[in-house]
Amino acid sequence: MMADTIHSQAAPAGGVRVRPIGKPMGRSAGVRGGRGGTGWAAFGFIAPAWLYVAAFYVYPLAGNVRMSFQDYTVTSFFTGRAPFVGWRNYEAVWRDPAFAKTVVNTVAFTVGSLLFQFGIGLALAVFFQRRFPLGGVLRSLLLVPWLLPLVVSGTAWRWIMETDSGVLNQALMQAHLIDQPIPWLASTSVSLLSVTLVNVWVGIPFNMVILYGGLQGIPAHLYEAAALDGAGAWQRFRHITLPLLRPVTAVVLTLGLIYTLKVFDVIMVLTQGGPANSSQTLTTFAYDLSFQRLTFGHGAVVGNLLIVVAVVFAFVYLRATRDGEGRAAA
Amino acid sequence: MTAFRRYATTAAGVLILAVMLFPLYWMVNASLLPSTELVGSEPAWLPIHATFDGYRNALSSQGGHLLTSLYVSLGTVAVTLLIAVPAAYGLAQLRAAGGRLLVFALLIAQMIPGIVMANALYVAADALHLINSPLALILADSTLSVPFAVLILHAFMRTVPTEVREAAAIDGASRLRTLLSIILPVSRNAVITAGLFSFLFAWADFLFGVTLTSRDERAPITVGIYRFIGAHMSDWNSVMATGVMASVPVAVLLVVAQRYVAAGITAGSVKD
Repeated sequence: MMADTIHSQAAPAGGVRVRPIGKPMGRSAGVRGGRGGTGWAAFGFIAPAWLYVAAFYVYPLAGNVRMSFQDYTVTSFFTGRAPFVGWRNYEAVWRDPAFAKTVVNTVAFTVGSLLFQFGIGLALAVFFQRRFPLGGVLRSLLLVPWLLPLVVSGTAWRWIMETDSGVLNQALMQAHLIDQPIPWLASTSVSLLSVTLVNVWVGIPFNMVILYGGLQGIPAHLYEAAALDGAGAWQRFRHITLPLLRPVTAVVLTLGLIYTLKVFDVIMVLTQGGPANSSQTLTTFAYDLSFQRLTFGHGAVVGNLLIVVAVVFAFVYLRATRDGEGRAAA
Repeated sequence: MTAFRRYATTAAGVLILAVMLFPLYWMVNASLLPSTELVGSEPAWLPIHATFDGYRNALSSQGGHLLTSLYVSLGTVAVTLLIAVPAAYGLAQLRAAGGRLLVFALLIAQMIPGIVMANALYVAADALHLINSPLALILADSTLSVPFAVLILHAFMRTVPTEVREAAAIDGASRLRTLLSIILPVSRNAVITAGLFSFLFAWADFLFGVTLTSRDERAPITVGIYRFIGAHMSDWNSVMATGVMASVPVAVLLVVAQRYVAAGITAGSVKD
């Protein structure tokens, strides 16, 4: 997660010159192969990393694609045989009644998470831009939930959302907002809402940090000039902050999307995708198919679908950072 | 802003923080409350009758998982730095051939959904008889941190003037020697940041832990908690105590290495 902060922050930082890491060589190409005969001779230092990429990214990806065409079941692990079955796994997943439900859930979970993480994150970023006593300390303490293992914070939420003794229901009942406890995690109608809520909580610090960085990059004299021209706070936000924040916004939303698609820990701890698949997303569905139902071929199909979506948005992300750089340089 | 408004803003900030950190407070609170107060219909806002029973239970049943996590996380730091330091040096200082492509591959690699990796790594680990082996977990967890570590070290090492390396080369130092005795000491802070986050990523991993360990005693702490909730649904006191204990290393790192954490988060402001 953090690595992307590098780029995201790189995009808006008007004052600080940062080159996105994605394109390091081009500009100083003249140095390559220069003094000391570097270039190929230096390849030895990056060779382990290449081997690593091959063994731990390319091979698993290729393996996943291959498995999606094989009848890979629990017996395959004993016999070592997994016959090729063409597109049959794809058909099976397509016909699985849980599949359509899962796609709809994934879209709702992703859109809901992004919308609220971004909205609240932006509001907090704007808030913490003011100078006030303890501002810096409070802002860095907000990051604490982000650094804890998601299983831990998910467990805390599970206790909060417990139907009978959870504090959420108890507080709502005491405030007379509800008459009887809501089964946040045990009801098919609210479980998706509940996991989305927790995921929004998880994502707010990330959004806030990056958007705060973006806000810092907007020159203060623009606001001063606008204030002199009589622009109110809302107008300044609408006509200065939002347009100048657009490159960072693109980065935050694409990264957020890629991470939301991957969300696994939160849902597993809270609901395991249940009850009755009501909070199942593509990621937990892939886990369920492979590691619970032990139909690894089916799990691989869903995994491939996730790869396609992730790669598409990865390119969107890389383009967004490049655009951001162009704008910052201009 | 008037002094009053500034303090009012601070008060609002404290309120926001209280709301955001409430789940963590609630975890600590529950870890200290006796079971009788946990099942009441009224929430017990403060652990007035604090008990350490939860921690005793948690330590006896989850202590092994904590050690496993510690071992695996430290192993992940070692593997990550072993791959990432030479790679970043080759990319940033030596401008190794194929470097641009490698950076691009790593950027894409961090976006691959973990569940896809887990699916394939499980099959590979099974074939190599590495299920339940800490080694498998170390290698799998390192996939979470290697791209980040290479990218952050690369960003830093690019800021070290090449003249430094060239001067060493003129003095007859080999490339490896230059890395070890000049570049590495200069990059100390970036190395610590990369190592720190490798540790945090591995410590927090759940997906690889739950897929690559079938025997309970080999599971890391995240999986320990997960299975603990399944088995002791009603014993929230012990479950929450386990959660607090699993947060301790993170809290310690936050306090001890605060500036490196900040450096990792604002890595983008590394100046050119």
